[in-house]
Amino acid sequence: MSRPWRLTTAIGLFLIAVVGIVFTVIALTNEPPTVDYAAGHQSGQPVAVTMQAVGSFGSGNHPTWVSYLTRTPEGQWVHTTLWQVPAHTRVNVTIYNYDSGSPLRNQQIGQITGTSGNVALLNGKPIHLINSNVGNGVAHTFSIPTLGINVPLFANNPNANLCAAAPCPTKSPVQVIKFSFISPAAGQYPWQCFVPCALGFLYGNGGPMQTIGYMDGFMKVVA
Amino acid sequence: MSDPSPATSSEGATPDDTATEPSHWWRLIAIWVVLSAILDPLFYIFAGPHVPPGRMTSTASGAQFDFNVLLVIALPVMLGVWIFMIYAIVMWRASRGGPEPVGGPAARGNMPIQVGWILTTTVIVLFLAGFGTYELVQPEGAGGGQGPSPIWTPTSHTVLPIQVIGQQWKFTYRYPTYGGFETTELVIPDNTTVAFHVTSLDVIHSFWAYQLGVKADANPAQDNVAFTTPSQLGTFIVRCSELCGIWHGAMYNSGVVVTPSAFQQWASATRIRLAANTKLLPPFSYTYIPDANGADGGFYPDNVDPYSKVQTYGATPPVPAPHG
Repeated sequence: MSRPWRLTTAIGLFLIAVVGIVFTVIALTNEPPTVDYAAGHQSGQPVAVTMQAVGSFGSGNHPTWVSYLTRTPEGQWVHTTLWQVPAHTRVNVTIYNYDSGSPLRNQQIGQITGTSGNVALLNGKPIHLINSNVGNGVAHTFSIPTLGINVPLFANNPNANLCAAAPCPTKSPVQVIKFSFISPAAGQYPWQCFVPCALGFLYGNGGPMQTIGYMDGFMKVVA
Repeated sequence: MSDPSPATSSEGATPDDTATEPSHWWRLIAIWVVLSAILDPLFYIFAGPHVPPGRMTSTASGAQFDFNVLLVIALPVMLGVWIFMIYAIVMWRASRGGPEPVGGPAARGNMPIQVGWILTTTVIVLFLAGFGTYELVQPEGAGGGQGPSPIWTPTSHTVLPIQVIGQQWKFTYRYPTYGGFETTELVIPDNTTVAFHVTSLDVIHSFWAYQLGVKADANPAQDNVAFTTPSQLGTFIVRCSELCGIWHGAMYNSGVVVTPSAFQQWASATRIRLAANTKLLPPFSYTYIPDANGADGGFYPDNVDPYSKVQTYGATPPVPAPHG
């Protein structure tokens, strides 16, 4: 190999390494914060996890992206999908859905599974299933596949004056979904939305559907 | 055949040394034949049954047999290399204070070595090509996805069709002969030929039931058929083996092989339990066309090739059941 070729190869490899390191550092430093529901938790007491789902976050790098947000125990809304709960504890989840919806690509995820009693409360009314082909359809799901948990979020009327910037005020049209489950042993459990809700991306599964902090996250369970 | 042993030294070798030099070739061959004849059957008998992926199904057993054949062929090759290496270290190493070893006759231009090498490798490669081609079809299509028109079709009297649907990021399973319910549980009966109809609702996934010896790509709008017949009860793991997005690594679940009677109980109970949701599912279809825009629903079924019958290749399902 001639000297210019060797030099070019070396520079190329160096640049690839630099780019790799930069991407890794960015990825590591860009991780959203973790909302800690386990700190100060008293054994035997349930923890309350509160989230909201919005059709467009409204600010930041991706203002048009659909997203989840999480509320801290102190009541602050944080743009994150990472939260921490104690192991083997009842987790009471409340999700405020401010987004519109559609029929599901796969009605299988219209069922409530894996929660206590395989039931959820939609605006106070117990449901086991949402028929996505009627009414407003389903906006998103909260799903932890490894635990069999799946909760579809009933959608708002798309013609209503929907919230377009997070965090949404409670006066905006909203559907409130509540359910409970028992947290498993310590570990990290990925959770996601199963509705291909990334508008503008092929098959609706790009962008926010592939990004931690938007429609994917981790439930971190600590002993 | 020429002797591969190096002369002890170009200066130090004498006619007497050469005359007393043993026939290293025959020694090497004898050691190799004896060790191969002992270790090959020992490996096959004792290690063979533990070679992945086990013997849970006909296709897993077939894959295990294939691996064992490859290993039984590879073992003598490995032994040949190791024996030569160890023999050379023992016999032709430099002794302290002795003459420096030098290379033996060059193999280049040595007709017996060249012919032997070409013949041996040709026979092994041609055998493996023929054997591998045959084994891709037998048994039961080797558990691989054969597309919508399989080359191998079952001769069994009972075939259970199960549709495997990949979606970001989980697999669900439809049982068309039990009313078409769809579930995240994969339960299959023992001693029953299963036809997996693998498809996807979005990107390319791959249904890999390792212990079943089944692996088939899940492509959108494609019906990829794979067969197997379980022969052992127990659990198995299903993983996606095609990079498909952020939660590809978490796209797995477990399945179970149960007795035919337990399967009937489970299928009947699940059919009843999921009846409310099954009514909302579209009619069973071999493929479904997702809308590329994504965020709108209603792409299910495809309306291109509507489902008309449960394809069981002329056989009957385990228990004839009306379609719900």
